[in-house]
Amino acid sequence: MTAAATIGARISGVGRAIPSWVVYLLGIVPGAWVFWQAVNGAYIEPVEKIEHEFGRLALQFLLASLTITPLMRFARINLVKFRKVFGLLAFGYVAAHFLVWLLLDLQLRWGQIAGDIAKRPYITVGFLAFLLLIPLAATSWQGAIRRLGAVAWGRLHRLVYVVALLGVVHFAMQERVWSLELILYIAASVVLLGLRFTWIRRW
Amino acid sequence: MFKPDLTRADVTPEGVWMNRRKLISALGAGSIAGGLGLPALAQDEELTPHTWEQITGYNNFYEFGTGKGDPAENAGAMETQPWSVKVDGLVDNPGDYQLADLIGDIPTEERIYRFRCVEAWSMVIPWNGFELNKLLAKVGVQEGAKYVAFETAVLPDVMPGVNYPILDWPYREGLRLDEAMHPLTIMATGLYDKPIPNQNGAPMRLVVPWKYGFKSIKSIVRISLVEEEPHATWNQSNPREYGFYSNVNPEVDHPRWSQASERVIGSGLFGKRIDTLMFNGYADQVASLYEGMDLRENF
Repeated sequence: MTAAATIGARISGVGRAIPSWVVYLLGIVPGAWVFWQAVNGAYIEPVEKIEHEFGRLALQFLLASLTITPLMRFARINLVKFRKVFGLLAFGYVAAHFLVWLLLDLQLRWGQIAGDIAKRPYITVGFLAFLLLIPLAATSWQGAIRRLGAVAWGRLHRLVYVVALLGVVHFAMQERVWSLELILYIAASVVLLGLRFTWIRRW
Repeated sequence: MFKPDLTRADVTPEGVWMNRRKLISALGAGSIAGGLGLPALAQDEELTPHTWEQITGYNNFYEFGTGKGDPAENAGAMETQPWSVKVDGLVDNPGDYQLADLIGDIPTEERIYRFRCVEAWSMVIPWNGFELNKLLAKVGVQEGAKYVAFETAVLPDVMPGVNYPILDWPYREGLRLDEAMHPLTIMATGLYDKPIPNQNGAPMRLVVPWKYGFKSIKSIVRISLVEEEPHATWNQSNPREYGFYSNVNPEVDHPRWSQASERVIGSGLFGKRIDTLMFNGYADQVASLYEGMDLRENF
Protein backbone atom coordinates (compact mmCIF):
# COMPACT_ATOMS: atom_id res chain seq x y z
CA MET A 1 0.00 0.00 0.00
CA THR A 2 1.55 3.27 -1.05
CA ALA A 3 0.80 6.74 0.17
CA ALA A 4 -0.72 7.56 -3.22
CA ALA A 5 -3.17 4.70 -2.86
CA THR A 6 -4.19 5.94 0.57
CA ILE A 7 -4.80 9.43 -0.77
CA GLY A 8 -6.75 7.90 -3.64
CA ALA A 9 -8.94 5.98 -1.22
CA ARG A 10 -9.49 9.09 0.84
CA ILE A 11 -10.54 11.18 -2.19
CA SER A 12 -12.85 8.37 -3.27
CA GLY A 13 -14.39 8.44 0.18
CA VAL A 14 -15.02 12.18 -0.01
CA GLY A 15 -16.53 11.66 -3.47
CA ARG A 16 -18.89 9.02 -2.12
CA ALA A 17 -20.03 11.38 0.61
CA ILE A 18 -21.01 14.15 -1.81
CA PRO A 19 -24.40 13.59 -3.38
CA SER A 20 -24.62 14.06 -7.17
CA TRP A 21 -27.24 16.78 -6.91
CA VAL A 22 -24.77 18.98 -5.05
CA VAL A 23 -22.37 18.76 -8.00
CA TYR A 24 -25.20 19.50 -10.46
CA LEU A 25 -26.06 22.59 -8.47
CA LEU A 26 -22.45 23.74 -8.19
CA GLY A 27 -22.01 23.14 -11.92
CA ILE A 28 -24.98 25.31 -12.80
CA VAL A 29 -23.79 28.18 -10.61
CA PRO A 30 -21.18 29.72 -13.01
CA GLY A 31 -23.59 29.71 -15.95
CA ALA A 32 -26.47 31.05 -13.89
CA TRP A 33 -24.22 33.75 -12.47
CA VAL A 34 -23.08 34.95 -15.93
CA PHE A 35 -26.69 34.92 -17.15
CA TRP A 36 -27.86 36.87 -14.11
CA GLN A 37 -25.08 39.41 -14.62
CA ALA A 38 -26.03 39.72 -18.31
CA VAL A 39 -29.70 40.30 -17.49
CA ASN A 40 -28.67 43.00 -15.05
CA GLY A 41 -26.57 44.87 -17.57
CA ALA A 42 -23.15 43.99 -16.18
CA TYR A 43 -21.64 43.40 -19.63
CA ILE A 44 -21.29 45.82 -22.51
CA GLU A 45 -21.91 42.96 -24.93
CA PRO A 46 -24.06 40.44 -23.00
CA VAL A 47 -24.97 38.16 -25.92
CA GLU A 48 -21.36 37.54 -26.84
CA LYS A 49 -20.49 37.12 -23.18
CA ILE A 50 -23.05 34.43 -22.35
CA GLU A 51 -22.61 32.72 -25.71
CA HIS A 52 -18.87 32.39 -25.13
CA GLU A 53 -19.13 31.51 -21.44
CA PHE A 54 -21.70 28.76 -22.02
CA GLY A 55 -19.54 27.29 -24.76
CA ARG A 56 -16.45 27.52 -22.62
CA LEU A 57 -18.17 25.85 -19.64
CA ALA A 58 -19.45 23.09 -21.92
CA LEU A 59 -15.95 22.33 -23.12
CA GLN A 60 -14.53 22.43 -19.61
CA PHE A 61 -17.15 20.04 -18.22
CA LEU A 62 -16.70 17.76 -21.21
CA LEU A 63 -12.95 17.57 -20.61
CA ALA A 64 -13.58 17.15 -16.87
CA SER A 65 -15.82 14.15 -17.61
CA LEU A 66 -12.93 12.59 -19.51
CA THR A 67 -10.66 12.77 -16.44
CA ILE A 68 -12.84 10.43 -14.36
CA THR A 69 -11.94 7.10 -15.99
CA PRO A 70 -8.15 7.72 -16.07
CA LEU A 71 -8.29 8.77 -12.41
CA MET A 72 -9.94 5.43 -11.68
CA ARG A 73 -7.53 3.37 -13.77
CA PHE A 74 -4.28 5.04 -12.90
CA ALA A 75 -4.78 6.60 -9.48
CA ARG A 76 -7.51 4.38 -8.04
CA ILE A 77 -9.58 7.47 -7.38
CA ASN A 78 -13.21 6.52 -7.72
CA LEU A 79 -15.32 9.47 -8.79
CA VAL A 80 -17.22 7.51 -11.39
CA LYS A 81 -20.63 8.74 -10.32
CA PHE A 82 -19.59 12.27 -11.31
CA ARG A 83 -18.78 11.28 -14.89
CA LYS A 84 -22.44 11.37 -15.80
CA VAL A 85 -22.92 14.62 -13.85
CA PHE A 86 -20.11 16.34 -15.75
CA GLY A 87 -21.35 14.90 -19.05
CA LEU A 88 -24.87 16.15 -18.51
CA LEU A 89 -23.63 19.56 -17.36
CA ALA A 90 -21.58 19.74 -20.55
CA PHE A 91 -24.68 18.85 -22.59
CA GLY A 92 -26.76 21.45 -20.79
CA TYR A 93 -24.21 24.16 -21.46
CA VAL A 94 -23.85 23.14 -25.11
CA ALA A 95 -27.62 23.33 -25.53
CA ALA A 96 -27.68 26.76 -23.85
CA HIS A 97 -24.76 27.89 -26.03
CA PHE A 98 -26.61 26.72 -29.15
CA LEU A 99 -29.87 28.42 -28.12
CA VAL A 100 -28.14 31.73 -27.38
CA TRP A 101 -26.52 31.60 -30.82
CA LEU A 102 -29.83 30.73 -32.51
CA LEU A 103 -32.18 33.09 -30.65
CA LEU A 104 -30.14 35.98 -29.29
CA ASP A 105 -27.14 36.19 -31.60
CA LEU A 106 -28.46 35.27 -35.04
CA GLN A 107 -32.07 35.97 -33.97
CA LEU A 108 -33.57 33.29 -36.17
CA ARG A 109 -32.22 34.78 -39.38
CA TRP A 110 -32.67 31.37 -40.97
CA GLY A 111 -30.83 32.16 -44.19
CA GLN A 112 -27.74 33.20 -42.29
CA ILE A 113 -28.09 30.29 -39.84
CA ALA A 114 -28.33 27.66 -42.59
CA GLY A 115 -25.49 29.33 -44.47
CA ASP A 116 -23.31 29.40 -41.35
CA ILE A 117 -23.92 25.74 -40.55
CA ALA A 118 -23.24 24.64 -44.12
CA LYS A 119 -20.43 26.97 -45.14
CA ARG A 120 -18.51 27.86 -42.01
CA PRO A 121 -16.39 24.99 -40.78
CA TYR A 122 -16.17 26.12 -37.16
CA ILE A 123 -19.95 26.31 -36.93
CA THR A 124 -20.38 23.02 -38.81
CA VAL A 125 -17.97 21.40 -36.38
CA GLY A 126 -19.67 22.88 -33.32
CA PHE A 127 -23.11 21.94 -34.57
CA LEU A 128 -21.98 18.38 -35.26
CA ALA A 129 -20.53 18.12 -31.75
CA PHE A 130 -23.89 19.23 -30.34
CA LEU A 131 -25.79 16.66 -32.45
CA LEU A 132 -23.47 13.84 -31.41
CA LEU A 133 -23.90 14.72 -27.76
CA ILE A 134 -27.69 14.30 -27.95
CA PRO A 135 -27.74 10.46 -28.09
CA LEU A 136 -25.25 10.36 -25.22
CA ALA A 137 -27.37 12.61 -23.04
CA ALA A 138 -30.48 10.63 -24.04
CA THR A 139 -28.89 7.35 -22.91
CA SER A 140 -27.32 8.67 -19.74
CA TRP A 141 -29.88 7.01 -17.40
CA GLN A 142 -29.39 3.61 -15.81
CA GLY A 143 -32.21 1.95 -17.75
CA ALA A 144 -30.57 2.81 -21.04
CA ILE A 145 -27.52 0.75 -20.14
CA ARG A 146 -29.74 -2.26 -19.45
CA ARG A 147 -31.75 -1.82 -22.63
CA LEU A 148 -28.76 -1.32 -24.89
CA GLY A 149 -26.56 -3.82 -23.11
CA ALA A 150 -23.39 -2.68 -21.42
CA VAL A 151 -21.15 -3.41 -24.42
CA ALA A 152 -23.24 -1.51 -26.96
CA TRP A 153 -23.77 1.30 -24.50
CA GLY A 154 -20.04 1.58 -23.89
CA ARG A 155 -19.36 1.61 -27.59
CA LEU A 156 -21.97 4.33 -28.18
CA HIS A 157 -20.47 6.46 -25.45
CA ARG A 158 -17.07 6.40 -27.07
CA LEU A 159 -18.65 9.09 -29.23
CA VAL A 160 -17.70 11.44 -26.43
CA TYR A 161 -14.09 11.27 -27.66
CA VAL A 162 -15.19 12.54 -31.05
CA VAL A 163 -17.30 15.24 -29.40
CA ALA A 164 -14.39 16.43 -27.25
CA LEU A 165 -12.15 16.60 -30.28
CA LEU A 166 -14.78 18.53 -32.25
CA GLY A 167 -15.32 20.82 -29.30
CA VAL A 168 -11.65 21.75 -29.05
CA VAL A 169 -11.43 22.19 -32.83
CA HIS A 170 -14.53 24.39 -32.74
CA PHE A 171 -12.96 26.56 -30.05
CA ALA A 172 -9.65 26.70 -31.92
CA MET A 173 -11.27 27.72 -35.20
CA GLN A 174 -13.13 30.70 -33.77
CA GLU A 175 -10.00 32.05 -32.07
CA ARG A 176 -8.09 34.68 -33.99
CA VAL A 177 -4.74 33.93 -32.38
CA TRP A 178 -3.03 31.15 -30.39
CA SER A 179 -4.20 32.03 -26.90
CA LEU A 180 -3.00 30.34 -23.71
CA GLU A 181 -6.53 29.08 -23.11
CA LEU A 182 -6.58 27.35 -26.50
CA ILE A 183 -3.21 25.73 -25.88
CA LEU A 184 -4.46 24.41 -22.53
CA TYR A 185 -7.56 22.85 -24.11
CA ILE A 186 -5.46 21.25 -26.82
CA ALA A 187 -3.01 19.88 -24.27
CA ALA A 188 -5.80 18.54 -22.06
CA SER A 189 -7.58 16.85 -24.95
CA VAL A 190 -4.38 15.33 -26.32
CA VAL A 191 -3.53 13.85 -22.92
CA LEU A 192 -7.05 12.69 -22.08
CA LEU A 193 -7.77 11.18 -25.49
CA GLY A 194 -4.24 9.84 -25.86
CA LEU A 195 -4.62 7.89 -22.61
CA ARG A 196 -7.51 5.97 -24.15
CA PHE A 197 -5.15 4.43 -26.67
CA THR A 198 -3.25 2.82 -23.85
CA TRP A 199 -6.25 0.72 -22.84
CA ILE A 200 -8.54 0.56 -25.84
CA ARG A 201 -7.17 -2.06 -28.20
CA ARG A 202 -10.24 -2.85 -30.20
CA TRP A 203 -12.88 -0.47 -31.40
CA MET B 1 -16.54 70.74 -48.31
CA PHE B 2 -17.39 67.33 -46.91
CA LYS B 3 -20.25 66.93 -44.46
CA PRO B 4 -20.66 63.78 -42.42
CA ASP B 5 -24.21 62.47 -42.35
CA LEU B 6 -24.32 62.15 -38.58
CA THR B 7 -24.17 65.42 -36.66
CA ARG B 8 -24.48 66.76 -33.10
CA ALA B 9 -28.24 66.54 -33.53
CA ASP B 10 -27.92 62.76 -33.79
CA VAL B 11 -26.32 62.56 -30.37
CA THR B 12 -29.05 61.62 -27.94
CA PRO B 13 -28.65 63.23 -24.51
CA GLU B 14 -27.47 60.57 -22.10
CA GLY B 15 -30.58 60.67 -19.90
CA VAL B 16 -32.94 60.22 -22.83
CA TRP B 17 -30.62 57.56 -24.20
CA MET B 18 -30.80 55.51 -21.01
CA ASN B 19 -34.59 55.69 -20.95
CA ARG B 20 -34.75 54.62 -24.56
CA ARG B 21 -32.46 51.72 -23.84
CA LYS B 22 -34.73 50.54 -21.07
CA LEU B 23 -37.74 50.90 -23.35
CA ILE B 24 -36.05 49.05 -26.20
CA SER B 25 -34.82 46.21 -24.05
CA ALA B 26 -38.20 45.94 -22.33
CA LEU B 27 -39.92 45.72 -25.71
CA GLY B 28 -37.33 43.28 -26.91
CA ALA B 29 -37.70 41.04 -23.88
CA GLY B 30 -41.47 41.15 -24.12
CA SER B 31 -41.58 40.21 -27.73
CA ILE B 32 -39.05 37.40 -27.33
CA ALA B 33 -41.42 35.95 -24.78
CA GLY B 34 -44.37 36.63 -27.03
CA GLY B 35 -43.06 34.87 -30.09
CA LEU B 36 -40.01 36.74 -31.37
CA GLY B 37 -41.67 39.52 -33.31
CA LEU B 38 -39.09 42.20 -32.54
CA PRO B 39 -40.04 45.87 -32.57
CA ALA B 40 -39.31 47.93 -35.66
CA LEU B 41 -36.77 50.19 -33.97
CA ALA B 42 -33.76 48.97 -35.92
CA GLN B 43 -33.59 52.01 -38.18
CA ASP B 44 -33.48 54.38 -35.27
CA GLU B 45 -31.11 52.18 -33.31
CA GLU B 46 -28.41 52.48 -35.93
CA LEU B 47 -27.92 56.19 -35.32
CA THR B 48 -27.78 55.98 -31.55
CA PRO B 49 -24.29 57.05 -30.50
CA HIS B 50 -22.66 54.92 -27.87
CA THR B 51 -21.77 55.96 -24.37
CA TRP B 52 -18.30 56.79 -23.13
CA GLU B 53 -18.39 53.61 -21.03
CA GLN B 54 -19.19 51.43 -24.03
CA ILE B 55 -16.69 53.04 -26.39
CA THR B 56 -13.90 52.91 -23.84
CA GLY B 57 -14.82 49.56 -22.25
CA TYR B 58 -15.12 47.27 -25.26
CA ASN B 59 -11.99 47.36 -27.39
CA ASN B 60 -9.68 45.28 -29.51
CA PHE B 61 -6.13 46.40 -28.78
CA TYR B 62 -4.12 43.18 -28.64
CA GLU B 63 -1.02 44.93 -27.33
CA PHE B 64 -2.95 45.18 -24.05
CA GLY B 65 -4.53 41.72 -24.18
CA THR B 66 -6.94 39.82 -26.39
CA GLY B 67 -10.05 40.20 -24.21
CA LYS B 68 -12.44 43.04 -24.99
CA GLY B 69 -12.04 44.42 -21.47
CA ASP B 70 -8.25 44.00 -21.33
CA PRO B 71 -7.35 47.31 -22.98
CA ALA B 72 -9.46 49.31 -20.52
CA GLU B 73 -7.86 47.41 -17.69
CA ASN B 74 -4.24 47.49 -18.85
CA ALA B 75 -3.73 50.54 -21.06
CA GLY B 76 -3.63 53.07 -18.23
CA ALA B 77 0.09 52.55 -17.67
CA MET B 78 1.02 53.80 -21.16
CA GLU B 79 2.67 57.23 -21.04
CA THR B 80 1.53 59.35 -23.99
CA GLN B 81 3.29 62.57 -23.11
CA PRO B 82 5.79 63.14 -24.59
CA TRP B 83 4.97 61.17 -27.73
CA SER B 84 7.26 61.02 -30.70
CA VAL B 85 6.19 60.23 -34.26
CA LYS B 86 8.62 59.34 -37.01
CA VAL B 87 7.69 60.63 -40.45
CA ASP B 88 9.69 59.12 -43.27
CA GLY B 89 9.72 57.85 -46.83
CA LEU B 90 8.67 60.00 -49.77
CA VAL B 91 8.03 63.22 -47.84
CA ASP B 92 9.47 66.74 -48.03
CA ASN B 93 9.86 67.07 -44.26
CA PRO B 94 10.93 63.75 -42.75
CA GLY B 95 11.98 63.53 -39.11
CA ASP B 96 11.23 62.50 -35.57
CA TYR B 97 8.54 64.87 -34.39
CA GLN B 98 7.09 65.57 -31.02
CA LEU B 99 3.37 65.03 -31.53
CA ALA B 100 2.54 68.61 -30.54
CA ASP B 101 4.98 69.94 -33.14
CA LEU B 102 3.47 67.71 -35.80
CA ILE B 103 -0.24 68.36 -35.24
CA GLY B 104 -0.44 71.15 -32.64
CA ASP B 105 -1.55 73.78 -35.14
CA ILE B 106 -4.16 71.67 -36.97
CA PRO B 107 -7.65 72.53 -35.70
CA THR B 108 -9.80 69.59 -34.63
CA GLU B 109 -13.47 69.00 -35.32
CA GLU B 110 -16.07 66.46 -34.27
CA ARG B 111 -16.93 63.55 -36.55
CA ILE B 112 -19.67 61.13 -35.58
CA TYR B 113 -18.96 57.92 -37.43
CA ARG B 114 -20.27 54.41 -37.55
CA PHE B 115 -17.57 51.94 -36.47
CA ARG B 116 -17.88 48.39 -37.81
CA CYS B 117 -15.55 45.68 -36.50
CA VAL B 118 -14.61 42.77 -38.74
CA GLU B 119 -16.02 40.56 -35.95
CA ALA B 120 -19.52 41.75 -36.95
CA TRP B 121 -20.28 44.20 -34.17
CA SER B 122 -20.65 47.96 -34.41
CA MET B 123 -20.85 51.23 -32.52
CA VAL B 124 -21.39 54.89 -33.35
CA ILE B 125 -18.54 57.03 -32.08
CA PRO B 126 -18.18 60.81 -31.73
CA TRP B 127 -14.51 61.36 -32.54
CA ASN B 128 -12.53 64.58 -32.34
CA GLY B 129 -9.77 64.90 -34.86
CA PHE B 130 -8.71 66.27 -38.20
CA GLU B 131 -8.51 65.06 -41.75
CA LEU B 132 -5.38 63.03 -42.38
CA ASN B 133 -4.83 64.97 -45.63
CA LYS B 134 -4.06 68.06 -43.52
CA LEU B 135 -1.22 66.27 -41.79
CA LEU B 136 0.01 64.88 -45.11
CA ALA B 137 -0.03 68.36 -46.63
CA LYS B 138 2.13 69.55 -43.74
CA VAL B 139 4.79 66.91 -44.19
CA GLY B 140 4.67 67.25 -47.98
CA VAL B 141 3.89 64.18 -50.04
CA GLN B 142 6.42 63.64 -52.79
CA GLU B 143 5.89 62.47 -56.35
CA GLY B 144 5.88 58.69 -56.52
CA ALA B 145 4.28 58.05 -53.13
CA LYS B 146 1.35 55.67 -53.61
CA TYR B 147 0.60 54.42 -50.11
CA VAL B 148 0.72 55.57 -46.50
CA ALA B 149 2.05 53.11 -43.93
CA PHE B 150 1.45 53.37 -40.18
CA GLU B 151 2.95 51.73 -37.11
CA THR B 152 1.72 51.36 -33.55
CA ALA B 153 4.05 51.79 -30.58
CA VAL B 154 5.66 48.68 -29.08
CA LEU B 155 6.14 49.22 -25.35
CA PRO B 156 6.90 45.86 -23.71
CA ASP B 157 6.95 47.37 -20.22
CA VAL B 158 3.35 48.51 -20.38
CA MET B 159 1.91 46.33 -23.17
CA PRO B 160 1.61 42.76 -21.90
CA GLY B 161 0.49 41.50 -25.31
CA VAL B 162 3.65 42.37 -27.23
CA ASN B 163 5.64 39.92 -25.11
CA TYR B 164 3.81 37.10 -26.88
CA PRO B 165 4.04 36.35 -30.60
CA ILE B 166 0.25 36.49 -31.09
CA LEU B 167 0.82 38.97 -33.93
CA ASP B 168 3.90 40.13 -35.77
CA TRP B 169 4.67 43.28 -33.75
CA PRO B 170 4.70 46.17 -34.30
CA TYR B 171 1.09 46.40 -35.45
CA ARG B 172 1.15 47.91 -38.91
CA GLU B 173 -1.48 49.18 -41.30
CA GLY B 174 -1.65 51.03 -44.58
CA LEU B 175 -3.88 52.93 -46.97
CA ARG B 176 -3.70 53.76 -50.62
CA LEU B 177 -2.81 57.44 -50.96
CA ASP B 178 -6.25 58.38 -52.34
CA GLU B 179 -7.90 56.63 -49.39
CA ALA B 180 -5.59 58.48 -47.02
CA MET B 181 -6.38 61.82 -48.69
CA HIS B 182 -10.15 61.25 -48.60
CA PRO B 183 -11.93 63.79 -46.39
CA LEU B 184 -13.65 61.01 -44.41
CA THR B 185 -10.27 59.68 -43.25
CA ILE B 186 -9.27 61.31 -40.00
CA MET B 187 -6.65 61.19 -37.31
CA ALA B 188 -8.53 61.12 -34.01
CA THR B 189 -7.10 62.65 -30.87
CA GLY B 190 -10.30 62.94 -28.86
CA LEU B 191 -13.58 61.33 -27.94
CA TYR B 192 -16.66 63.18 -26.63
CA ASP B 193 -14.51 66.35 -26.57
CA LYS B 194 -12.07 64.73 -24.14
CA PRO B 195 -8.56 63.48 -24.91
CA ILE B 196 -8.79 60.04 -26.45
CA PRO B 197 -8.25 57.35 -23.77
CA ASN B 198 -5.28 55.01 -24.10
CA GLN B 199 -7.43 51.96 -24.82
CA ASN B 200 -8.89 53.76 -27.84
CA GLY B 201 -5.48 54.60 -29.27
CA ALA B 202 -4.04 57.63 -27.50
CA PRO B 203 -2.57 59.99 -28.29
CA MET B 204 -3.39 59.73 -32.00
CA ARG B 205 -5.08 57.06 -34.09
CA LEU B 206 -6.39 56.61 -37.57
CA VAL B 207 -10.14 56.38 -38.26
CA VAL B 208 -11.31 55.10 -41.65
CA PRO B 209 -15.07 54.69 -41.16
CA TRP B 210 -15.83 52.69 -44.30
CA LYS B 211 -13.28 49.98 -43.46
CA TYR B 212 -13.30 47.30 -40.78
CA GLY B 213 -12.05 48.64 -37.49
CA PHE B 214 -8.68 46.92 -37.50
CA LYS B 215 -7.57 49.20 -40.36
CA SER B 216 -7.95 52.18 -38.01
CA ILE B 217 -4.57 51.73 -36.36
CA LYS B 218 -4.04 53.03 -32.83
CA SER B 219 -1.29 54.86 -30.91
CA ILE B 220 0.67 55.75 -34.03
CA VAL B 221 4.44 56.26 -33.78
CA ARG B 222 5.37 56.15 -37.45
CA ILE B 223 3.93 57.41 -40.71
CA SER B 224 5.70 56.51 -43.95
CA LEU B 225 4.89 57.52 -47.51
CA VAL B 226 5.83 54.61 -49.73
CA GLU B 227 5.61 53.37 -53.27
CA GLU B 228 4.64 49.73 -52.68
CA GLU B 229 1.61 48.33 -50.87
CA PRO B 230 2.79 48.28 -47.26
CA HIS B 231 2.75 45.48 -44.70
CA ALA B 232 -0.59 45.26 -42.90
CA THR B 233 -0.59 43.10 -39.77
CA TRP B 234 -3.84 41.15 -40.05
CA ASN B 235 -3.49 40.87 -43.80
CA GLN B 236 -0.07 39.30 -43.38
CA SER B 237 -1.10 37.08 -40.48
CA ASN B 238 -3.97 35.61 -42.48
CA PRO B 239 -4.27 36.86 -46.07
CA ARG B 240 -7.25 34.60 -46.80
CA GLU B 241 -9.31 36.18 -44.04
CA TYR B 242 -8.18 39.80 -43.95
CA GLY B 243 -7.63 41.71 -47.17
CA PHE B 244 -5.48 44.78 -47.55
CA TYR B 245 -8.55 46.88 -48.40
CA SER B 246 -10.97 45.41 -45.84
CA ASN B 247 -13.78 47.69 -46.89
CA VAL B 248 -17.01 46.97 -45.04
CA ASN B 249 -18.99 44.84 -47.46
CA PRO B 250 -22.09 42.84 -46.49
CA GLU B 251 -21.79 40.77 -49.66
CA VAL B 252 -18.25 39.50 -49.10
CA ASP B 253 -18.18 37.23 -46.06
CA HIS B 254 -15.27 36.58 -43.81
CA PRO B 255 -14.37 32.90 -44.42
CA ARG B 256 -15.44 32.06 -40.89
CA TRP B 257 -18.53 34.23 -40.47
CA SER B 258 -21.07 36.22 -42.38
CA GLN B 259 -20.66 39.97 -42.77
CA ALA B 260 -24.29 40.46 -43.81
CA SER B 261 -25.40 41.76 -40.43
CA GLU B 262 -23.97 43.05 -37.18
CA ARG B 263 -24.71 43.25 -33.48
CA VAL B 264 -24.99 46.77 -32.15
CA ILE B 265 -22.88 46.97 -29.02
CA GLY B 266 -24.77 47.75 -25.85
CA SER B 267 -28.21 46.91 -27.21
CA GLY B 268 -28.57 44.33 -24.46
CA LEU B 269 -29.47 40.70 -24.27
CA PHE B 270 -32.38 41.13 -26.68
CA GLY B 271 -30.95 43.86 -28.91
CA LYS B 272 -31.87 43.60 -32.57
CA ARG B 273 -29.23 42.65 -35.11
CA ILE B 274 -29.03 45.12 -38.00
CA ASP B 275 -28.12 44.71 -41.65
CA THR B 276 -24.59 45.80 -42.49
CA LEU B 277 -24.39 48.64 -45.01
CA MET B 278 -22.12 48.73 -48.06
CA PHE B 279 -18.98 50.67 -47.16
CA ASN B 280 -20.51 50.92 -43.68
CA GLY B 281 -23.04 53.44 -44.98
CA TYR B 282 -20.46 55.68 -46.67
CA ALA B 283 -20.89 54.34 -50.22
CA ASP B 284 -21.98 57.71 -51.62
CA GLN B 285 -18.72 59.26 -50.49
CA VAL B 286 -16.20 56.50 -51.16
CA ALA B 287 -17.52 54.03 -53.76
CA SER B 288 -15.84 56.03 -56.53
CA LEU B 289 -12.42 55.22 -55.03
CA TYR B 290 -12.93 51.60 -56.08
CA GLU B 291 -14.58 52.07 -59.45
CA GLY B 292 -13.71 49.26 -61.82
CA MET B 293 -12.24 47.13 -59.03
CA ASP B 294 -13.60 43.68 -58.25
CA LEU B 295 -14.40 44.04 -54.55
CA ARG B 296 -14.60 40.28 -54.17
CA GLU B 297 -11.02 39.94 -55.41
CA ASN B 298 -9.80 43.03 -53.58
CA PHE B 299 -11.59 42.36 -50.30
